[in-house]
Amino acid sequence: MQSPTNFLKHKGWHQTAIIAIIGGIYVFASWILSFDNLAGFTAIPRAFAWLGVNFKPTSSSMEFLPKIWQKLIQTVLLAISSTVVASAISIFIALLGSKVTGINGTVQTIVRGIASFFRNIPLVAWSMILLFSFKQSDFTGFLALLLLSIGYLIRAFMEIIEDEASETMLALKATGASYFQVIFQAVLPQILPSILSWILYTIENNVRDATLVGILTGTGIGFIFDVYFKSFRYDAAGMTVLAIIIVVIALETISNQIRRVIL
Amino acid sequence: MINADEQIIQQPNPPKSPEIKLHENSLSRTMIVVVFASLVVITGYTLMHLDAAGIQLNTAFKELATNLQQMFLQPSAGTDGFMPLLQALAGSVLLSILTTIIGAVFGFFFAVLASKNLTNAYLGAGIRVVMAVVRAIPTIIWALIFSIICGLGTTAAVLGLSFHSVAYLTKAYSESIEGIDKSTIESLKVTGAKFWVVVFQAIWPTIIASFVSWTFIRLEINFANAIAVGAAAGAGGIGYQLFVASGMSFDFHETGLIVYLVIFVTFVLEFIAVKIRQMYLNR
Repeated sequence: MQSPTNFLKHKGWHQTAIIAIIGGIYVFASWILSFDNLAGFTAIPRAFAWLGVNFKPTSSSMEFLPKIWQKLIQTVLLAISSTVVASAISIFIALLGSKVTGINGTVQTIVRGIASFFRNIPLVAWSMILLFSFKQSDFTGFLALLLLSIGYLIRAFMEIIEDEASETMLALKATGASYFQVIFQAVLPQILPSILSWILYTIENNVRDATLVGILTGTGIGFIFDVYFKSFRYDAAGMTVLAIIIVVIALETISNQIRRVIL
Repeated sequence: MINADEQIIQQPNPPKSPEIKLHENSLSRTMIVVVFASLVVITGYTLMHLDAAGIQLNTAFKELATNLQQMFLQPSAGTDGFMPLLQALAGSVLLSILTTIIGAVFGFFFAVLASKNLTNAYLGAGIRVVMAVVRAIPTIIWALIFSIICGLGTTAAVLGLSFHSVAYLTKAYSESIEGIDKSTIESLKVTGAKFWVVVFQAIWPTIIASFVSWTFIRLEINFANAIAVGAAAGAGGIGYQLFVASGMSFDFHETGLIVYLVIFVTFVLEFIAVKIRQMYLNR
């Protein structure tokens, strides 16, 4: 049998060179970061063995369940509401900024700039700045998720409008329909399914990100995990992780089902 | 008399035009309306019950404006100095590259084993379920879990980031592989080609463009995650500096500089990604 390594020899110098470069980067990076590959990979089975022993929810950890559940629901609600508000804002900005429905070149460039600026400011920075002003409240988490989602959604919505609505826009303009008629009668109804699909994806993402925001700002499910984890109540922490897994997979399944119907 | 005449003349019955339906009723339409309505209701409910912890929103927003102004208009290196910040930044970039390489290699291997058109259904389904569970756990929690075994530091960060990367890329790659035309694989199998020959002769060349795109998307995500892990799990790098500057020493000028550095790196990463994608698409 021809092994993959032998096969690659026939592929010429170019593929070998790419593999060599990537391998070189890998070795260089692990050397600079002093990442011990052997220790790292042997830690994986140990980590899972440890997880199996310590993270197993016991009967005594059942008493934490109501509190975990309440925080988790709160986090999901926060993720949903921040996404919905973000999408309401983003759709208007995207309409202003897309090449198809936009006003002019200057506005388009500004919108693109703003979107990528918001997208690239790290979530950590948002959380910490907001934490300073809004203290340890749900509002901090809500705003952090909102600001990050706006950056992602503006870009996504602009791409959707440019991909799907450019022909409709032309066709309706030719009939003499006014700008707002075109937007509300043709463009928005047409892009609605794709927009909904993106909203669902952002909700999933925000639930996961809410954990990080929670650890940093002391709200929601992230906070409760952090508290259990740092006070060595690992069975409760394990229960929290289990609850997160269930909710995230449930959300993923629901949105896949919705997507199958609407797209 | 005139009236009678008029009655004789028969009015033609105007044909009833079929009613034009502007919106076809369909399952997908109903679904969209229902989902949107429930999302809006949930949002309304949540915003009503949002726990603002008794803060004055007015003053809070004013304070935020001052902080943002300090951040973005007067960035400075603060007490740390510029070079240590650059070093930390380089550390985070290398961390994200390292974990993306690990993710891509293992991700491709698992994706091949998980794709419906290549392997038997049970193995594929098993891998997909495991990966879905791994993906459901946020990166930061993976990093915290590994930090108990390996101690706080690079090793835990690398493992934590890699776990999520592998699971994410397995899903992305295997979706690309499942999009391949069945006849390509069948025709190679007919010639008696072995499994890995099929993979590297038929699968790999076909998906290389989407492979590269997904890998670079993951690189950008990993950079963001590297910062998060640095901040919340104390794994070092620019994320830790960011956490200290904004959460401990409250030096918003330095926070601003760090944010600018991070934005600069993400722009560079995006630029490289676009260039490499073009190279592979044009070939």
